[in-house]
Parts: sequence; structure tokens; C-alpha cells
Amino acid sequence: MTKNPSPDLPGPALAVEDIHKNFAGVHALRGITLDFPRGTVTALMGENGAGKSTLIKIINGDHRPGRGRVLVAGTPRVLHSPADARRHGIRVIPQEPEIVPHVSVAENVYIGALPRKPGRLLDRAGLYRRMRSDLERLGFAHAIAPETLGSRLSPAQRQLVEILRALTTEAAVLAFDEPTSSLSEHEVETLFGLIRRLRDRGLAVVYVSHRMREIFRLADRIAVLRDGELAGVRDAARTDEGEVVRLMVGRDLSALFARNRSARDRVVLEVRDVTTDDVSHVHLDVREGEVVALAGLVGAGRSELAAALVGDVPIRSGEVRVDGRPLRLRTPRDAVRAGIGYAPEERKAQALFLTGSVRYNIGVAVLDRLRRFRFVGARRERLLAQEFVDRLDIRTPSLDHEVRKLSGGNQQKVVLARRLARRPEILILDEPTRGIDIGAKAEIYRLIDELAAAGVAILVISSELPEVLGLADRVVVMQNGRITGELDRADADEEAVLALAMAFDLAEPTQGNPT
Amino acid sequence: MTTTTDAPPPMPATSAGGAHVRALPRRVAGAVGAQNTSLIGALIVVVGTFTWLDDGYLTRANMTVIGDTVAVTGLLAVVQTVVIVCGALDISVGSQAGVASVVSAMAFTSTDGNAALGILAAIGVGIAAGVVNGIVIVYGRVNPVIATLATLAAYKGVAQLLAGGRAQGYVLGDDFFIFVARGKILGLSVQIWTLAVVAVAVHVLLKYTDIGRNIYAIGGNDTAARLAGININKYLVSVYALAGVVAAIAGVILTARTGSGQPTSGSEGLELKAITAAALGGCALKGGKGGVGGTLLAVFLLGALENGLNVVGVNSFWQNVAQGALLVVAVVIQQRRNGERAVGLPT
Repeated sequence: MTKNPSPDLPGPALAVEDIHKNFAGVHALRGITLDFPRGTVTALMGENGAGKSTLIKIINGDHRPGRGRVLVAGTPRVLHSPADARRHGIRVIPQEPEIVPHVSVAENVYIGALPRKPGRLLDRAGLYRRMRSDLERLGFAHAIAPETLGSRLSPAQRQLVEILRALTTEAAVLAFDEPTSSLSEHEVETLFGLIRRLRDRGLAVVYVSHRMREIFRLADRIAVLRDGELAGVRDAARTDEGEVVRLMVGRDLSALFARNRSARDRVVLEVRDVTTDDVSHVHLDVREGEVVALAGLVGAGRSELAAALVGDVPIRSGEVRVDGRPLRLRTPRDAVRAGIGYAPEERKAQALFLTGSVRYNIGVAVLDRLRRFRFVGARRERLLAQEFVDRLDIRTPSLDHEVRKLSGGNQQKVVLARRLARRPEILILDEPTRGIDIGAKAEIYRLIDELAAAGVAILVISSELPEVLGLADRVVVMQNGRITGELDRADADEEAVLALAMAFDLAEPTQGNPT
Repeated sequence: MTTTTDAPPPMPATSAGGAHVRALPRRVAGAVGAQNTSLIGALIVVVGTFTWLDDGYLTRANMTVIGDTVAVTGLLAVVQTVVIVCGALDISVGSQAGVASVVSAMAFTSTDGNAALGILAAIGVGIAAGVVNGIVIVYGRVNPVIATLATLAAYKGVAQLLAGGRAQGYVLGDDFFIFVARGKILGLSVQIWTLAVVAVAVHVLLKYTDIGRNIYAIGGNDTAARLAGININKYLVSVYALAGVVAAIAGVILTARTGSGQPTSGSEGLELKAITAAALGGCALKGGKGGVGGTLLAVFLLGALENGLNVVGVNSFWQNVAQGALLVVAVVIQQRRNGERAVGLPT
């Protein structure tokens, strides 16, 4: 790696050299060497599972690298904890800001270092004075009031609190991990204005995002990770979206998506005018053997719709029909009985029994079929589990292996196996390939195609556009809890989907006027 | 200082066919489980030490004493295991046993000596007490520890009110109660047999039925269990009802032993012993892990220890200290094994 040490500035603000990291069998990072110069916004791009989050966690001191080193201002440092990283001037703004709800913004910002009067009394006046002068200095006097309670803040203001925390502790490196996922377009513009200002003050900014357009609006350099390796670093001014996508995917995308199916006419799942607390008037059909992708930004209401369709949140009005028969969905049990299989978004938190064996995790969904007089047949359970381990190619040392020790891709296959064991007529898959490597992704895509070819009606929720476009026979786009449009496979492209996903924001053009 | 480590990065690939021939001791240990192996070890050490300290310890008479003291604790510990596997806790089991004891004796007396009715009444009260616990927790959304701490006090009060603050009824004129108190089958006391029958039944329930699988699922990941279509509420209320039933059986044994209904004597403090035994026996207090075998071993270990301390004449106040310390140690060991980071409140 080439360094250009100057007398004033010993190397870049932050650099990583030959970083490796393993997690239980997954080689998450394989020798990343990258620097983050001062006064520069470096965007970190890559598909889910490419290693972006792992790299950020290493920079933040959450993880220690298995090999390689982190250099802060040219000096190698061991970062034991996030607190350690902060002491060295590195600050990662988390995706979900940590806010104490019942105290003021000022206390939230200076938490851990509140100004005191003698006798450990809180210097409340001093606190607000300091907050005001800091806001003034940073140009945010109008964005946030120091007295506001944490619980009253908007998503963008919550981010601002995290940023202020960083700035009041002399940060030299500021990393953002998908900061815009919960922000409106207007708030995004505010945030970008702020980030540009911070860059101009000489901070090194690391910016992780999936959103191509944001990256080109903001970044000076683009570093692309793929399968734990650095696929390339480009000057933002001298590259384009096409090249970045090629770097991210590294291969011909269409090869990943098998298509041996043909949708039939019979409608299996009918969603009619369904309204819940989070979605309104949703109309949706899925046919036998059809894969429908539900696209949209995070928070558009897609997962909430899925939760309603599987009976986990109450439907206020409207109707869900399976094979033309209206369904009473009061609990997930009703959905399971109606032949709806559901793989939720957070597989570890919502689907897996992590300390249970592979066999247990697969068998648990079909105990009613495995049992005789309430006694579960161990042999029948083994046979069933083995059948799915073979069919889905789940790589596990044995059927009795604990699921938490498997890789993400194999864990996801266990979840799918459990659903398939019930021979569902309808499958609802929420982010089925999140955080798994590209090989396992391809296998899951093939499985989805196979199941559709066998007649299963499949609804896939995905935030990855290439996945949406590659998988779907039809793309349905949601925004703010409503369906904003439907695209046939032939008409669906990245532009069209994004336009529908951000329909309201585009109605009011906010393009390219840097504040 | 540098951050480089020279450990080679590749992970040891887990071989698919891991059928290695292991040495016999390791195979036995594997079958019994590490937790149970160390419990058996501890039991041997405890028994060995007290035998060495006092000749009277390892005698048939003393073993019978241990067996009978262990029976009631064991019943509550076994059912506590089920509650803990669900990810919950029942602190009120001792008080439930107290209520059941009083009710069994009073029902017996007021029906002119009908033992069956006495027992049925006790079990009915046990179910009711358990269902109330379950409903308060599930539908009142009260944390299980708080809810059963409250009913620990409330049920104790109920027992005292019913009994008017003193022992009630006299049952030792009845053959059945005499049989429970002093009877033997194949050289073992009826009390131990009761424990054995309940323990086997609960073990089979947990390990071999779909009900047991679902209980582990609820404790292991309640969201996943719910999405899999398990009726979690029904299970939780039923598990608390089961705790009530077993506590009632323990209460009947207490009545038989002393000859009358006891509102508090003999049942107070049993919750601590039951929870300690379950934790020591390898139940994860977060739920989803544990079994009857480990709990029973821990019950015997605690019984042997308590009896030994009595035999060698250690002050019973010290025994309380030891008991509390043991619970803390058991949980500390458990959390260490989980590799939990020592930051903030434990999860």
C-alpha cells in the first residue's frame, strides 16, 4: 500500500491494512487494505454480506480483526471497544441512533460528560449554554432545540444528536452506516449538507449505503467490497453507476437467477383492500407458480404487510383470500393452517431456535404430523430432516448440530426447510438472502424458482434491486404503507422501481442544490 | 504495539462425516452431558467428604432421611424445570404447596375422612392458583418474577387465612395418609416413589412429546414459536397450572408427613431450593434449555449437602447463607459459559 506521509499530516486519518475476519466458518473479510483521507467522503459499497458492516465494526472497535491492522493517523492502534475507538477520534453513527427518551437533547448529546458544579451537581445552565454555542458554531441552531425531549425527536433529529455527540468529542473520522434508511428526501438533503460541511472542515467521512444515487451525490471516492474483498476504489467523478454495479456483482447478474417456471392463471393469494395500523388499502394477487416481488424503501410497510398476511398483526379492514376462500387471520396459527409459509426478515430473532439442533429446527413445524398419540417419532423426524438437508444442500456436520453454529446461508436454508416441510401453497419470504454469501444466494434463487415451478405462489420482499428484478415475474412497489404501482417483468427496471418507491419525493424535485 | 496476529486465517472446516471413534469415558460423558457429569462428580465429593467426617452419614437410616426431605423439594424443582424451560419462573410454588396442604386437610376433615376428596380439593386449588399466575402474567403482562413474587405473598396469606394461622385438621387416622407418610414399596418410601413417578412423567412430556418440543420452542425463541403457529398463551397458562398441580401434590405429602394441614411450616423457602436446583441442574434461566435429569441430580446434591451439614452440626443460619451463595454461583457459572459480556444488566 502506498502512503504519502506529509510533515503536517502523518498519513491518512484512518487506514486499514490487510484486514481479515472470520465468523464461525464464514470468511467475512479477506485482506482489505484501504485508507480514509482527511477532507474526503469515502463511500463504502457492496451487496449485503460483502463485508461493509464487518469493516465498520472493526473500525468501531466492536470486532478485532483476525489479521491485519488499523492505523489511526499513521500509527497502528488496537481498538478494544467503541469507547476505545472514540478516544482515537473515530466515531461511527449507528443506523438506529441510541437516544435516551426521557431527557433533553442537551443531556443526550453530552451524556457521559455532563458539565458539573462543585459537589457533583449538574450545571444545567452551563449545559444549555454549551449546547447553544456548539449548535451555533456548527450551524444547527435552527435544526434542534436543546430542551426537546429525546422521545419527541424526528428520525433526522435523532441522527443529528448522534452527530453532535461525535463533533463535541473531537472526532477526526466519522462513519455513517446506512444513515438515510429512515429519513425522508428532505431530511436526506439536510444530512448531506451537514456531511459536506464536516468534510470541508477536514474530517474523514466514511459513508456506507446501498443507494447508488445518494453515493454519487455525496461521495468523493467509492470503495466497493465484494465477498469480503476490495473489488476496487474509484474516483466518484470518473466512474458511473454501471461500473460500480459491475464491481459490486462481479459477474453476470442474470446467471444467478434461474427461470424454469411459468406462472399459471389460477390466483392463489388475493389481498383485497387490506388496512392495518401500518398499511392502507393494499390490493395484491399472487398466482400459482408466480414469484411476486414486493419492492420499496425500508419502512415502506412491506414487512408490516407480511406480518398481517401471516396473522401476526391484526387486519383492521379488508380481506385475504386463499384459493378464493376468505381467511380468518387472528393468529399465525391460522395462516400456518391455511398453507401460508413465512420466512421472516430477522431469521435469528424471529425464526430460529439457535441452541436447538438442525433436526429440531426443521421438525418443530410439523410435530403434528410426526407424532403418534403426542409422542414424537425420533426416527420419522430424522428422516424428514435428512430429506431437507439433502434437498436444500444444507451444509451441517450432523443433524444434531446446533443451528447457531451454521453460516447465515445455511441457517436461512434451515428456516426454508421448516416452512417447506409443511408443503405450503403460498410462501412469503422477507429478505430471504440478507447477509448471506453470493453462492448461497444463488442456491436460494434456484430453490425459489424450483418451488414456483412446482406451483407454489411466492411473495418475496427484498430491498436489493438486482434481486427484485432478477427474481420477480411481477414487481409490486410500496411506499408509506400503500402500493404505488405494479410493474411486469418486461417493464421493470431500476429507474421505474425507484421512481415508484420514492413517488412522493420525486413529485417535489429537490435535485442537486447543495446547501 | 501492533495488532498483527500470526494465526492463520482459514477456519477449520467442519467435516461432514464426524463419526470418530471416541474413548469410552468420553462417550459416557457425552451421553450423560458435561453438566450432569460435573453434578455426579460433586455428589461423589459431597457424600465422600461427609462419610469421612461422620460415620453416621452413609447409613441406610440417614439415606432414608435424605430421600424423604428431598422428595418435596424434588417435586417442586422438577416442575420448576418446566416453567424455566418456557423462559419463565414460578416463585410462588412453596405458597401453593402451603395452600394445598391446608385445603387437603380441611377437605378431608369436613368430608368425614374422605382422603380422595381431600386430595382432589388440593389439586383443584393448585390448578386454580397456577391458572391465576398464568393469567396475570400472560394477560396482565406482568413479568413472571414480579407476578409470582406477588402471589408468593398472596397465596401464603390465603393459606394462613383458611387455616386461621395454625395447623388444621388431623389426617393420621387415615390409612391413605399413613401410607403416604410412612409406607414403603420395594424398600423405597412412597414419597420417593411419588417424586420418581412425577419426574418420569415430566421427563417424557418434555423430551418425547410434541408438547415438550413446543415448550422448548417457546423458551428458545418465543417470536419464532408464535410465527410457527404455537398458541403460546395456552401453553404458558397450562405450564403454570401444571406447576400448581405438582405443588398441590407436594402439599398433600406435607400434610401426610405432619399429620395436619400446614399453612407455612415445611413449605416456606422451598421456591429458593427449587430454583437453585433447576439452575444448578443446567436449566438456562433465559429458557429453552434444561431437563429433569440435571435438576434431579442437583436436588440430590443439595439434599446430601444440607443433611451433611446437619449431621456434622453446622448452624442452620450458615446453611441459609450457603444456599443463597449456591444459587448465585450456579447462575454465574451458567452466564460465564454463555460467554456473556459483563456490561450493564444481564439479559
